[in-house]
Amino acid sequence: MSNVPSELKYVASHEWIRDEGEGVVTIGITDHAQELLGDVVFIELPEVGVEIAAGDETGVVESVKAASDVYAPLSGKVIAVNEDLEEAPELVNSDPYGDGWFFQIKLSDAEELDDLLDADTYSEQCEAE
Amino acid sequence: MEETLLHTPLYDLHIELGARMVPFAGYEMPVQYPAGVRKEHLHTREAAGLFDVSHMGQLFMSGPQAGADIERLVPVDIIDLPQGKQRYAMFTNENGGILDDLMVTRMEDGYYLVVNAACKNEDIAHLRANLSPDTQLDILEDRALIALQGPRAAEVLARLQPAVADMVFMDNRALPIEGIDCFVSRSGYTGEDGYEISVPASEAEALTRTLLAQPEVEPIGLGARDSLRLEAGLCLYGHDIDTDTTPAEASLIWAVSPARRTGGVRQGGFPGADILLEQIDNKSATRKRVGLIGEGRAPVREGTELFNSEGKLVGKVTSGTFGPSAEQSVAMAYVSSDVSALDTQIFAEVRGKRLPMKVSRMPFVAQRYYRG
Repeated sequence: MSNVPSELKYVASHEWIRDEGEGVVTIGITDHAQELLGDVVFIELPEVGVEIAAGDETGVVESVKAASDVYAPLSGKVIAVNEDLEEAPELVNSDPYGDGWFFQIKLSDAEELDDLLDADTYSEQCEAE
Repeated sequence: MEETLLHTPLYDLHIELGARMVPFAGYEMPVQYPAGVRKEHLHTREAAGLFDVSHMGQLFMSGPQAGADIERLVPVDIIDLPQGKQRYAMFTNENGGILDDLMVTRMEDGYYLVVNAACKNEDIAHLRANLSPDTQLDILEDRALIALQGPRAAEVLARLQPAVADMVFMDNRALPIEGIDCFVSRSGYTGEDGYEISVPASEAEALTRTLLAQPEVEPIGLGARDSLRLEAGLCLYGHDIDTDTTPAEASLIWAVSPARRTGGVRQGGFPGADILLEQIDNKSATRKRVGLIGEGRAPVREGTELFNSEGKLVGKVTSGTFGPSAEQSVAMAYVSSDVSALDTQIFAEVRGKRLPMKVSRMPFVAQRYYRG
């Protein structure tokens, strides 16, 4: 069973969202997602400063098997990306909710937070897959 | 259409070991075990990996003309192959294209062939259509094939059968292991030292369990087999070579025996000889299989288009991944001969970006075959 921390929010495309307060969120991919992907070998992230909209393709995770798109779960401006992933993409496998985070955005519409899934709902969805 | 997938004699063991099974060439095969592709790959390079390759076709040809019959279908010297020796070969078509690549071994009483799973039915039909009346072709359906690969493979197998230690790369011997009659060849598809072991299907699981019980040995799936062979610069049929690529275009001229080349003692005499020998003699192939190393870490996968510095399309990737041991993005590609020189910079178009890569020597990881 994969790990789904209860303090985080989720979207069906397997990204997690941590509300850092003041309209800032951190985003990554879930433990379930990294298990499905297998060993991650490369990650392409958005550039700091770009505006993204919920549902946009904002990056790519390449594993030994295939490339998978990363979707923006929320709309806003990218204010930070995890540069460690460039040299150490395996952090996504070893610590998906910690050192394997992807990027941070400053939300343009905080109400979108209400549309996110909680841990229980996301877990149920994973089990149903 | 529902496809019925075949099982190898090790199917139940794969399930027991927790493998993830996928369809491959009509068989249900382990793509990875719980350790995962990267760890399996690195384990094979560091210790010893065990692979089920029983889906491959094992054939036996006997009769006084068997060697000559094979020789008429490949640009390789089969007639003078010494007993107990194995040679890499390819069946060519009338255009010099490659119908399949294979291993041919001269045994005491005939020739033992290992062909690709996806091609085996066509290969058998092709052989049958070209046999002399007194040549017999047997399909060894009652044998499994397992590979033990890696720097500790020799030490492990010698524990069970000391005679394997004396074998060198491309030797093949009929030897008992744990009382089981096997054909043991010192070869493989990883670039490492190691063995391929043909074993009666009924004994395959017992032998595999014995090998897996050795502390150095872990089971390895098709995922790692692919990244290992790619780092070793070895072609995958249907991807890096096929009916549209000649051995000259595929940079496999090393496998075309001197005896079968222009001026050789048995020059030509295989399908497509005129085309292939002309390409070799005049260096006239207009495209070539080359190795590529990415300047960045992004994997550049099969089908990716390649461009020169002026933006002109110059080729296509046929295999590519991030090499776990090479620690670089590595690929094989066909490119126009004018950009095939070592260190030429070309650009791979990945998700709309042109990523710089360099034409590079293969293998990407040093081969460690045991040559005595």
